[in-house]
Amino acid sequence: MTSMTKSTTPHTSPSTADQRVGGGRRVLDMIGVQNLSLIAALAILVAIIGIKNSNFFLVSNIQTIGTTVAIVGVLAVIQTVVMLIGGLDISVGSAAGLTSVISAMVFTSTHSAGVGILAALGVGIAAGAFNGVVIIYGRVNAVIATLATYAGYRGLANLISDGRAQGYTGTDSVFVFIARGAILGIPTLIWILVVIALLAHLLLRYTGVGRNLYAMGGNPTASRLAGINLNRYVLGCYVAAGVIAALAGIMLTARTGSGQPTSGSQGLELQSITAAALGGVSLRGGKGGIAGTILAVLLLGVLENGLTILEVNSFWQDIAQGFLLVVAVVIQQRRKGVRAIGLP
Amino acid sequence: MTNAVRLSMQGISKAFGGVKALRDVSVDASAGEVLALVGENGAGKSTLLKILSGAYVPDSGSMSIDGEPVRFTSPHDAHSAGVRVIYQEPEIVPHVSVAENIYIGDLPRRGPLLDRKALKENVRADLDRYGFGSALNPDALGSDLSPAQRQLVEILRALIRRVRVIAFDEPTSSLSDVEVDALFRLITRLREDGITVLYVSHRLPEIFRIADRVTVLRDGATVGTKSIADTDDDDLVSMMVGRNLTGMFERSRHEVGDVVLSVSNVVNDDVHDVSFDVRAGEVLGIAGLVGAGRSELAHALVGDEQIHSGSVTVGGKAVRLRSPRDAMSAGIGFVPEERKAQALLMDRSVRDNITLAVLDNISKVGVVDRGKERRVARDFVRRLNVRTPTIEALVANLSGGNQQKVVLARWMARRPRVLILDEPTRGVDVGAKAEIYHVINELAADGLAIVVISSELPEILALADRIVVMQAGAVTGELSRRDASEEAILALAMKDDLATAAGGRA
Repeated sequence: MTSMTKSTTPHTSPSTADQRVGGGRRVLDMIGVQNLSLIAALAILVAIIGIKNSNFFLVSNIQTIGTTVAIVGVLAVIQTVVMLIGGLDISVGSAAGLTSVISAMVFTSTHSAGVGILAALGVGIAAGAFNGVVIIYGRVNAVIATLATYAGYRGLANLISDGRAQGYTGTDSVFVFIARGAILGIPTLIWILVVIALLAHLLLRYTGVGRNLYAMGGNPTASRLAGINLNRYVLGCYVAAGVIAALAGIMLTARTGSGQPTSGSQGLELQSITAAALGGVSLRGGKGGIAGTILAVLLLGVLENGLTILEVNSFWQDIAQGFLLVVAVVIQQRRKGVRAIGLP
Repeated sequence: MTNAVRLSMQGISKAFGGVKALRDVSVDASAGEVLALVGENGAGKSTLLKILSGAYVPDSGSMSIDGEPVRFTSPHDAHSAGVRVIYQEPEIVPHVSVAENIYIGDLPRRGPLLDRKALKENVRADLDRYGFGSALNPDALGSDLSPAQRQLVEILRALIRRVRVIAFDEPTSSLSDVEVDALFRLITRLREDGITVLYVSHRLPEIFRIADRVTVLRDGATVGTKSIADTDDDDLVSMMVGRNLTGMFERSRHEVGDVVLSVSNVVNDDVHDVSFDVRAGEVLGIAGLVGAGRSELAHALVGDEQIHSGSVTVGGKAVRLRSPRDAMSAGIGFVPEERKAQALLMDRSVRDNITLAVLDNISKVGVVDRGKERRVARDFVRRLNVRTPTIEALVANLSGGNQQKVVLARWMARRPRVLILDEPTRGVDVGAKAEIYHVINELAADGLAIVVISSELPEILALADRIVVMQAGAVTGELSRRDASEEAILALAMKDDLATAAGGRA
């Protein structure tokens, strides 16, 4: 992950014309003020927790943090992409729950992990496409559209699962590999997050598609007049969000050993939005990057883990999370120079 | 008047991400004096006002009021020091009365309750004192006010508190003649009351009417300050532009080629049965008054608004325009009227903005070739003389003229066959304007078919080989360069009005 923190602000790559900018300044530009403060916050947090309880530094604990943040991490990555185009997907958590149930139930009836996973991905595509279609052709605000499907997909998950955990995947080699396997000593779940984050990062930073995503978030009218097919991009983003939600659902099934309609997926939408906002993604779109989001995911993961290790009442974690979202947005507004409400 | 210096701003500098908006600007004004501030767009007038109002904090320099050093970090600081800036469109609370709008922040109270009676009496007294009893109804709602009345509310907000300096930012741009007279009477009165008035405008006649002295800004620096008696129009203009304006732009004329863009009988919601041709190397001007349907026609031609009937051909081939993408593929480029809202990605770099429409040409399997991209951006920055520290600077930090060049560069990079320019020099200073004219000239010489929509008649006359005049969505006539004059264009632009009403030009 450290390799990614170096490349955050896509618009400040050094060029020969920039050479009078000093070296220190250039490093700062590359990392970005936002990410630097996240790194600092992370370091302080780690220091505080580590001093209070040195068990924090155990390899097993670090791995726990890694596997815990993997699910919310992939969702935060795709939330970043959706937010960059000026959208928002509140339904990711519910869609993860729905696809978790689907994967487990299809697995149970077909005895094939592959079919279960494909079914979950298919449902994820459908769920994302539905969001996209409602937003584009229904001309519905993204927040409202996905708030509706947030409730809808959750209801659907409860309906088909009867509100209970479904199936048992704990003996299947594929699911076990996802949940507890490792490649090169690093857990599979972490690998999934790394791969997804890297793909999204490369897409945003190096491809024409990525540029267009930033452009349409920054100025949709200008983007349309510059020949960008906005509808296609919006639809693509929400479908991608559905696919990633399905991936999160599959990871959830693997980790818990069964399909979970709500447990484990509830709150993922808030966490993913908080991570993206904390990572510097503008709520108006057009600004931000994957590196910031990943740092924020780590920060939230460490915070949660630290609060658990230090035996803080778990309800405080919700409060801390809500508080952080507000702080993140306030910082964004301040940095943008938005004036406080009222007359001058 | 030989009063002591009331407002003094010394050595003010301010930069935005490497672009110097103000360099060592100094302004002094006495009590009871009207000081005019003039300069082209981008000369730094607005930045200076924003510093005065506390909206911006200067990078260096000092300010003092009545000899006392002050430092404003918010509009509130400026208000407490008795400094008020009246913007063109003041912020008015729409759903409450004029009286409450004026006294907002310290409404008279009786206990915890609003004292409506006292409020009304106070406002009546204020309005009468300043002679605006008939201009403003204290019970009217904020949302019902005209621009002039909004300014008046803002001015009264200032006057009911202790005010020492009032600055007006282009106050007359939205006012009628009668309202302008009333404003000037008020300013005269403010001056008599010993208040310092800063008057920012580019309308020279007004300045000669109202100001005692005038300070000229150019490219973010003070050019000089003159007493109004010692200067005249020509003098001020040459101070503003740094050169004499005698050499009006003249396009080089050359042979035109075949028809490139042909528009026949195009109809949409706002445009009725419009037909015209544009040839290679030709500049077609589209003139008309505001609301004549010129921009709507442009948006139809670039696929941004649906065409109900009629046809468009480019290079002899009929094109279907369902989206801007179609127009682009057909070789039509479009520089829209409002660059900030419709063209620029303000939070992105000059490079990003220039290459937005050519990403597919400089990409391999979807991956943007960064070297090529930088070359394209640098190439156009040089060709169009875009004044930016680097190609990585944010477009938001450039002046209007340079931003417009960036938009132009985006479409030149695309190498279109037809380029449609909607108000290409709106909000652009004189220097950049001339540069943009030269670019248009060169593009025409290279064989592009160019359509220029403009509300500025001198611009149309300088640029166009032929002029199509529109009114109410329809073409009312076409003029060759030889027959074109401001009078001839206006006569066509107001054809219907002239037919019904007697009299000549408005």
